[in-house]
Amino acid sequence: MLSIIIITVITYFIASKGLSTFFKNGINLFDFLFGTQWKPEHDTTPLFGAFPFIFGSFSVTILAVLLSTPLSVGAAIFMAEISPKWGAKFLQPVIELLIGIPSVVYGFIGLSIIVPFIRNTFGGMGFSLASGMIVLAIMILPTITSVSYDALKSLPSGLKDASYALGATRWQTIYRVLIPTALPNILTGIVLGMARAFGEALAVQMVIGNVQRLPSSILDSVSTLTSILTLEMSNTIAGTTYNNALWSMALILLLMSFVFIMIIRILGKGSKLNER
Amino acid sequence: MNVKVIDKIATVIFYTIAIIITLILFGLLCFILVKGLSGISWDFLTKPPENLRAGGGVGPQIFNSFFLLLLTMLFTIPLGIGGGIYLAEYSKPNTITYAARLVIEVLSSLPSIVVGLFGLLIFVQKLGMGFSLFSGALVLMIFNLPLMIRITEQSLRAVPVEQKEASLAMGISHWKTITSIMLPIALPGIITGTILTAGRAFGEAAALMFTAGMSSPPLDFTNWNPLAPNSPINPFRPASTLAVHIWKINSEGLIPDAAQIAASASAVLVICVLFFNILSRWIGKLIYKKFTAA
Repeated sequence: MLSIIIITVITYFIASKGLSTFFKNGINLFDFLFGTQWKPEHDTTPLFGAFPFIFGSFSVTILAVLLSTPLSVGAAIFMAEISPKWGAKFLQPVIELLIGIPSVVYGFIGLSIIVPFIRNTFGGMGFSLASGMIVLAIMILPTITSVSYDALKSLPSGLKDASYALGATRWQTIYRVLIPTALPNILTGIVLGMARAFGEALAVQMVIGNVQRLPSSILDSVSTLTSILTLEMSNTIAGTTYNNALWSMALILLLMSFVFIMIIRILGKGSKLNER
Repeated sequence: MNVKVIDKIATVIFYTIAIIITLILFGLLCFILVKGLSGISWDFLTKPPENLRAGGGVGPQIFNSFFLLLLTMLFTIPLGIGGGIYLAEYSKPNTITYAARLVIEVLSSLPSIVVGLFGLLIFVQKLGMGFSLFSGALVLMIFNLPLMIRITEQSLRAVPVEQKEASLAMGISHWKTITSIMLPIALPGIITGTILTAGRAFGEAAALMFTAGMSSPPLDFTNWNPLAPNSPINPFRPASTLAVHIWKINSEGLIPDAAQIAASASAVLVICVLFFNILSRWIGKLIYKKFTAA
């Protein structure tokens, strides 16, 4: 009961704050979502185009997932099919430890290893979309791996035996039989990873550079919704348009996490239909 | 190409992936520990931080982290276990239960910064608690509650149904069955889960920046009056935890030895989290032995 109340209250308050940008301060919703100019402190014509941040959030999330998925699904397959002994003894504790490391520590590692590495190898500032992508990819790797591993483990063993009995090799069994069957659950893991990457604030903010415009390449600095919130929320005065615009971004984050949950629910239903 | 050759190639690729991941983890751990441990000394662990000069410590931050954890668990454990018992034993499969489950799922996937901002709005501003340990603890409670509920529910559901039925068949009331039969059996799972939750709360920063605050007042560790502003155990004072401190010195960069302090503080944080992990496994095993006579 309590949690229902909490979520309703959270949604209500953040929505009321976030929507007041559009109703009270008269900012056009379209301008907010797709405007590319963010100049909230301009004297005469302040502009509140949040598109660079929205774009930053989505691009860094998608890139991180693209980088992380092959590795983590591969690791899950390794643990479940190729070498269960090594997987259970060695890789599983490793994955559990990776989950436990706090996100600031990931951010700090990114700051002291990945940022200088990118600066020295590819030039530029080092604080870039690419650094954010790598840090997030490492952060969401354990999430995707453990969900995919559970999915593969819970498959009925008859499937695998039948495939082997037909003379299929291990690889053929994995990618023709096991992956398609476990796919809804693996996708759930990927969406969970995306949700985590999308909402991650500090680790991203530390490595991504926080330049408030659209990036032109993967080595450019960008801002995300979360990074701009962490940086600006304490500098603005409650009730101003600037502050309300930040709350609107928090609302976007909230709505996105609802969307992720919806996707997970739909995938869950899909996998149940397959079982029947 | 021959299917057998493809199979061999695939196997090699999977081994490579496993090795890469293990290397990443060991790389991370070695980096943190090697770089951090050199800066850890008794002074570093007990001295207050410096604002502009080098050589500050993280003493108050370590204390704050543990104290905040204690406060959080004080709120989370009763509510979480209560919620778990309700969902596992009392809830009927109707719309409200369905809604509660959905909400718990949503709550557990909320970005921590959104929860933090909510805390800023409600606890800090609307309820006038200011930046305080108390607001921080409430926010962490919201953050941890879904996990705690789910862990309790799963542990209770894992109790063999025969034991529950045996107890009920002897005429013991439902509530007594839960407290005397089911909870002790579910305890290892609950404790393991609690410690893991604690580890998560310990490393959380984004939710605390706007609720527990980013600074710590000068503390007098001889003053134990809980209402004095400089007393370490006053729950209504602002307090920065270890994780928030790491973020702050990295992004402000006012102190000359920020990188070293951040490395050492990260090492302390990682060691604490590792300790929580090992502790949870160990306690889980211990209790399991005690209850199963294995």
